[in-house]
Amino acid sequence: MATLDASKSKYSNNEKMFLEGNEALAYGAINAGLNAFFGYPITPSSEVLETLAKEFGNPLYPNFKVFLQASSELEAANMLLGAAATGALAMTATSSPGFSLMQETISYAAGMEIPFVVADANRAGPGLGSLGPEQGDMWKASKGGGHGDYRCIVLSAHTVAELAQTPFLAFRLAFKYRNPVIILYDSYLAKLKEGIDLPTVEDLMVDRSWTVGQQNEGSRQILNSLNLEPDVHEDHEAHLQEKFRAMLEHEQRAEEYLTDDAEVILVAYGILARLAKKVVNKARGEGLKAGLLRPIILWPPPMTLLEKYVDRETPLLVVELNAGQLYEDVKQAASRRVDVGFVGHLGGSVPNIGTVESKMRRLVYGRTGG
Amino acid sequence: MHYCPGCEHGLLTRLVASALDSLKLRKQAVMIDSVGCSVLAYKYLNIDHIQAPHGRAPAVMTGVKRFRPDLLVFSVQGDGDALAIGLAELIHAASRGESITTFVVNNAVYGMTGGQMAPTTLLGQVTKTTPAGRQAAIQGRPIDGAKLVASIDGASYVRRASLVPKPITSSDEPMFKQQEVEDAKQVIENAFKVQLMGGFSYVEFISTCWVNWKMSIKQAKIFASTQLVKQFPLGTYKDVFGVEDK
Repeated sequence: MATLDASKSKYSNNEKMFLEGNEALAYGAINAGLNAFFGYPITPSSEVLETLAKEFGNPLYPNFKVFLQASSELEAANMLLGAAATGALAMTATSSPGFSLMQETISYAAGMEIPFVVADANRAGPGLGSLGPEQGDMWKASKGGGHGDYRCIVLSAHTVAELAQTPFLAFRLAFKYRNPVIILYDSYLAKLKEGIDLPTVEDLMVDRSWTVGQQNEGSRQILNSLNLEPDVHEDHEAHLQEKFRAMLEHEQRAEEYLTDDAEVILVAYGILARLAKKVVNKARGEGLKAGLLRPIILWPPPMTLLEKYVDRETPLLVVELNAGQLYEDVKQAASRRVDVGFVGHLGGSVPNIGTVESKMRRLVYGRTGG
Repeated sequence: MHYCPGCEHGLLTRLVASALDSLKLRKQAVMIDSVGCSVLAYKYLNIDHIQAPHGRAPAVMTGVKRFRPDLLVFSVQGDGDALAIGLAELIHAASRGESITTFVVNNAVYGMTGGQMAPTTLLGQVTKTTPAGRQAAIQGRPIDGAKLVASIDGASYVRRASLVPKPITSSDEPMFKQQEVEDAKQVIENAFKVQLMGGFSYVEFISTCWVNWKMSIKQAKIFASTQLVKQFPLGTYKDVFGVEDK
């Protein structure tokens, strides 16, 4: 059983830990300075809740002040809203059906400009679905998800070590824009165990000047999303859209793996990026210069990089655990100027390498070639 | 004020303000604005406010209070907000004994959405969604919020008071008797004191909604103070700290 003691955190020197994704996410959040965690059990993310329950009260983590199991995801999300409104670094972790229930509150938080972090271990859906990995929540996470026109920055990870780093970035971006941030991982990464060094992070300095409870004489804070006067609300929405445009401009982030000389570029994220790297390596061994563009941030999508490769006329192959969601963004970037192929796999497992390889070869050599 | 003339929401807002100042709690007070007629309270109460999604005020209050125990946090919720869509959050906050305060305005109808059936709508009462009157066999019976919350072990102070004067016997008698207003203010102070002592407090106020009841203001006051109180008896349902004796 993993425990985070002084020798394994930012409070002292680092040491390798053997953690599953959920545990890494929990310790990553503590390391980032987590103040408050609220959650409701759901497979496959319950171990985040369990790990934080175990570490709550540990004198090594004086910042970790609140842990509470809620009676539903609705309640958890709204506890999050309350704690975050007072300036807490607040987070929850859930999985797809629970993520659905939280959408209303995420919409309120976007409207009220309250920053918090929601981690979603994407399992296969719709409905109760299956417990295996899928990326079917990609649109829900990145295109708003709740009511109204808003966006959340969506972080992704493809290794346990990278997942452990996401909370710090998530809190930083949430407070930078005063907006919820989503960490979208999947059942596979949630349960995958790897030896990692927990990230050493500096103390996160965030602006709390907008929070309630400052108790200043003569000044008060109103965190609200309601404007009954249309012109006032028009201004409010214009302000929000300005923030979303700023995110789009400044927060694109992706890994370029062997893309410089690539004749074909795979686009994949999360657990599938690992599979895609294997495909790339194998193809290169066989003389095909393949590369991988791996979005680390799913929204905003890496449009600038995508456009760069479109300008080079490099064909793109999107590989996702859904029926084509990031695929839409890639097609938009391609504007029909390059071929965009797609491998979509649904049901709670990952595609085999051969499926991706044959699609890639068809894209490069045509149906008869290769 | 956006409240209708004759509505008790404005009175309750003034009484809450008065209680906050009597107890010198204005600086640390945070109000949760619930969806319903109380949602615009931030326009009237000069303290910090956080809006809550419909029914979720007790969860939002929990988040605030757990991280900032030094703050005083309360909500004013409608009967639909607290006892229909938000019942789970209310019951679980009470069960955990959160040191928060919920005020519920019970006027037996959805006010802001225009007069639909509430969980507190009386049997036989005509609303826009019970045009033939509420029938037990179809829509079930009204929920008694105070009785329900008092049955939860974690709740410390549960009280039902009225913001409506007793039946007016002569036309020159004032609509509001000073004593009833003073009593309501005392109950609000008690609820805040219980929170300061670490307890969960729930106060339900019998109120009117003459616009949606399709009555005159006077008829509505009489209906509330004679009919509503039969289904929802006034009184102290729970007072674990004995705050009313102090």
